Amino acid sequence: MLFLEEISKKYGTTAALRPTTLEVPPRQTLVLIGPSGCGKSTLLRIIIGLVRSDSGAVFFENERLTADNVLQLRRRMGYVIQDGGLFPHLSARDNVTLMARYLKRDAGWIENRLLELAQLTQFPADALERYPVQLSGGQRQRVSLMRALMLDPDLLLLDEPLGALDPIIRSELQRDLKQIFRTLGKTVVLVTHDMGEAGYLGDQIVLMRDGEVVQQGTLAELVQQPANDFVTSFINAQRSPLESIHAKDASP
Amino acid sequence: MKPTWLIVLTIAVAAGCAAPDIRIGSKRDVEGEILGVMFAQLAQSTGASVEYQRLGGTEIVWQALISGDIDAYPEYTGTLTRQIFSRRDIQTEDQLRQVLAEYGIRMSKPLGFNNTYAIGMQESVAEKLKIRKISDLRQHPDLKFGFTNEFLGRADGWQQIKAAYKLPQQNVIGMQHAAAYQALLSGDIAATDLYSTDPDIRQFHLRVLQDDLEVFPQYKAVLLYRQELQDRHPRAIEAMLRLEGRISEEEIIEMNRRRKIDREPPRVITSQFLERELGIRIGDSTRQIVNSLIRNAAIHLYLVAISLMAAIVLAIPLGIAAARRPALGQTVLAVVGILQTVPSLALLVFMIPLLAYISSRTGVRLPGTGNLPAILALFLYSLLPIVRNTYVGLHEIPVSLRESAQALGLPAGARLWLIELPLATRTILAGIKTAAVINVGTATIGALVGAGGFGQPILTGLNLNDSSMVFWQGALPAACLALIVQGIFEIIERAVVPKGLRLSTKV
Repeated sequence: MLFLEEISKKYGTTAALRPTTLEVPPRQTLVLIGPSGCGKSTLLRIIIGLVRSDSGAVFFENERLTADNVLQLRRRMGYVIQDGGLFPHLSARDNVTLMARYLKRDAGWIENRLLELAQLTQFPADALERYPVQLSGGQRQRVSLMRALMLDPDLLLLDEPLGALDPIIRSELQRDLKQIFRTLGKTVVLVTHDMGEAGYLGDQIVLMRDGEVVQQGTLAELVQQPANDFVTSFINAQRSPLESIHAKDASP
Repeated sequence: MKPTWLIVLTIAVAAGCAAPDIRIGSKRDVEGEILGVMFAQLAQSTGASVEYQRLGGTEIVWQALISGDIDAYPEYTGTLTRQIFSRRDIQTEDQLRQVLAEYGIRMSKPLGFNNTYAIGMQESVAEKLKIRKISDLRQHPDLKFGFTNEFLGRADGWQQIKAAYKLPQQNVIGMQHAAAYQALLSGDIAATDLYSTDPDIRQFHLRVLQDDLEVFPQYKAVLLYRQELQDRHPRAIEAMLRLEGRISEEEIIEMNRRRKIDREPPRVITSQFLERELGIRIGDSTRQIVNSLIRNAAIHLYLVAISLMAAIVLAIPLGIAAARRPALGQTVLAVVGILQTVPSLALLVFMIPLLAYISSRTGVRLPGTGNLPAILALFLYSLLPIVRNTYVGLHEIPVSLRESAQALGLPAGARLWLIELPLATRTILAGIKTAAVINVGTATIGALVGAGGFGQPILTGLNLNDSSMVFWQGALPAACLALIVQGIFEIIERAVVPKGLRLSTKV
């Protein structure tokens, strides 16, 4: 599905990403996690071609990503960023359908697809005419997700999609995202710094630090067989305060 | 789009108004101006658009007439026979008409008054001695005369008068004109020479002695006009010829006095005369002023609109290029920035040799005066605000939005057209608005090179020391026009800036 071979990236003299090889299996959700500046966002942006790697190659369904085919390949990927990245001069509807209209898709098809996505993302159809400033943060992310899914991409890339939301909205959207991923059965790469979110949404978790993959596996594997102390301390640092209450209760 | 049509319409109207039907000229002196304005008003009263210009001396105005730069101007018969056609022996009015016809020029009948040499005395003294005519002077051989040196020296001056009237006075001295008036008032001299329509006659209460033997040459005021004007605007000619035989010496003296001594605006003086004498209601000259306001506004808008649109066409692509290529961008911004620092007056004046140079190199005749240099200077002046705002507007689009457009798979052209330019609309439009408002102000300087507009009444008013003309017909309307232009752009903004962006400012 998606294969990254020895890709690396330097900004000036700082290595944002050391040579990294990574395979994303189809129909699974892979979560990239790690502290700020660990290279997880850079990795995602290299996949969609916003950043060009200094070395290595990205293969998308066995096709190597190049400057020539990047526009074509992007149309088979959906991309959602923190706070949505919605175009403020376009209504929710126009944001979602922009690319389909540019590609001159049939108007009827576009309308059906739009309503289908509104239902899937639980976005109220009567709010489609609103402009981004008239929408709440959660609604904006739903529109952004609709926009990413409009052309029915094979791969969905999400860069901290819930990072700017307050906790209640956030957990609601986490639930909905999980539901959507399950329904669509798409290959998903999601970047987050929240271990709870990673565990909840991810089939596979890739923990990164200083531009390197520290460990890849399920949440259980990371907890039970940590590759090193960093894995353990990263997981512990993100323990919910509720867990400590449970832990106290459990101890005699 | 509606605003586009509005602009096109404005320019069409302005262009239509910019070229007058009839051009009236005059010499620079007070009397010439009074007559010139009066003829312009009469021609205008028929509905024609008329331009009036004060030019220089006799030779300049005459050349302007025969070359067609002007269509008509007031002249004196004496000047024609003794100066312009001095080498031809013209004795009668018919002969004069024939000579003029050779140049394609026609002459009206005399307007009435005769502006020639005259002998003047203090009214009270003349009354006491019962002197009305020059021949009456014979009865008073002891009177002392003070004449200007020119009058004393000329063959048709004192010598001729003395001989023709057989005047016995011996006590005749030469002096300056102003000194002669003083001497006359203090009683040192009894009589002096003067021009028969000089307002000082009224000012100093002088009596002009009748030239009962008609010795002085005739300087009858007439209108000269181009023959072809008769075919083009017969009604305007007809209206102007209504002045034939209508202006007496008394009346022209009074009008000259109001202009020269009271410094009244010429239009006020002439409008009152025309209404009283011909019943033509230019009246308080309100219509006149309104007409010239509309004309100047049209020319002003024309200068601004043409230069602004040319600037938009060049500056927006430059701004886009500057935003795309940072190295190029710095150069472009520096160049247009330097243009902006050149004082507008200097930039305007610089256009004259520049256009002359281009003309000489390309063979295309580019006039160094009129609309072209003004439009060119305004165009250069408009570049900076538009280039800079286009650059800034594109530059300040958040990276996240630019990347979102890229991530969708939109090619560069579509990103610019569908995303980046719409997002920058407000900033770009603000730049255009700034350029337009600056242009309206700067365009007033265009009058210096003859481009017209609201600078014209400012310039004319300054020349005539008529500050009310400067303010009411030039400065204030130009300021109002700037406000109107600003208002129009607010409306355009509402139509052009995407709704989603207008909403965001309220949040």
